[in-house]
Amino acid sequence: MSEPRKAVALISGGLDSLLAARVVMEQGVHVEGINFFTGFCVEGHTHAIRKKDRARPKRNNALWVAEQLGIKLHIIDIIEEYKQVVINPVHGYGANLNPCLDCKIFMINKAREWIDANGFDFIITGEVIGQRPMSQRRDTMPVVARDSGAGDRLVRPLCARKLPPTLPEQEGWLDRDRLHDFNGRSRKPQMALARQFGFEEYAQPAGGCCFLTDEQYSVKLADLWETRGKREYDLDDIMLLKVGRHLRPRPHFKLIIGREEGENRFMEGYRKRFVYLLPLSHTGPLVLLDGEADSDDLELAARLTARFSHGRDAERVTVEVTGKDGAARTLEVAPLPATEIPAEWYL
Amino acid sequence: MSTETVDARHLLCPLPVIRTQDTLARLASGDSVRVLCTDPGAIHDIPAWCRVHGHEVCDIAEQDGEIVITVRVGDT
Ligand code: SF4
Repeated sequence: MSEPRKAVALISGGLDSLLAARVVMEQGVHVEGINFFTGFCVEGHTHAIRKKDRARPKRNNALWVAEQLGIKLHIIDIIEEYKQVVINPVHGYGANLNPCLDCKIFMINKAREWIDANGFDFIITGEVIGQRPMSQRRDTMPVVARDSGAGDRLVRPLCARKLPPTLPEQEGWLDRDRLHDFNGRSRKPQMALARQFGFEEYAQPAGGCCFLTDEQYSVKLADLWETRGKREYDLDDIMLLKVGRHLRPRPHFKLIIGREEGENRFMEGYRKRFVYLLPLSHTGPLVLLDGEADSDDLELAARLTARFSHGRDAERVTVEVTGKDGAARTLEVAPLPATEIPAEWYL
Repeated sequence: MSTETVDARHLLCPLPVIRTQDTLARLASGDSVRVLCTDPGAIHDIPAWCRVHGHEVCDIAEQDGEIVITVRVGDT
């Protein structure tokens, strides 16, 4: 018997990619999964950081999907290369800072390189025509296939019958009649198919698969670019945008204030990179200061730190301020009254 | 048979999984890897990744907030 054809499926951890891979596996194709880590993925970290979330069983949805399917999953770090997609998307952004169309093209191009390097025949995605406003439209889906270089080696099993036949269909590796014709925003056909395959408890991400679709997150990222005067970021920057309260009292600095123990602990790992503040006389948050601060600014930062500590109603709070060189000093300050914190400070 | 150490401390999931995966790719069946990490998510994710790839998790130890996961490379 000849070797089965091999396909790689883009696995996001959501239902659509799970079903798409399964539909192709049904036809005797050997499928492995690929998952790209951009740094903005909702997966993983956020759950790990906040203490209250630790009690809940945490799972990596892409790995869970791979286990359900019984396939290997290759997780690829694309943090560095992905920056150009976020910073300078040719096709622009969606409702927030989500460059979905460029993102899809980029990921499928990466998958194409992967299949070439690993001797696989084609690529599978869970895309459905009309499902998402930017990257999954009738007019943009051919753009993704073309600009990624995948061309007719890109199969979307959930809506294949609404699209021109791909190479695997033409070659008879896949029976087109056993692929699907889903389209539009309804999730009903996917849910019915999931039932048919016996899948339960799958993840149902709202809106999108990454933080860039989140409005508040996008505001913080835009603020970071604006105040630094350049559209750049590193992994630490984008991780820190996921934790704490972010307050910008002055254009040249902002404070990241831990909201609970889990976040404080996570932020401790960043103490060498930032000036940080910690209340000593009362329990309270770890506060990182991102930017430049003179002595007046440090006083203000200390008063804000005191404000978010258990000493918020005390007359004086002792706050320790530690510089990037590790040198610490203490300030005795009055907590800043809530009425003196303008709403615009909150990012 | 060699044992390598992956230092994934202070990295959040899935980075500890990715570092483990990339190290295992260079090793032969029967070799071992000790993964040091601090993200408790790794306790779930690394074994899940090992299961789908046919590698064996020999030990998971936790001390002072640090986690050490020992993996033996499978035949895949
Ligand atoms: S939601 Fe995020 S990961 Fe998903 S396509 Fe859009 S930019 Fe890419």
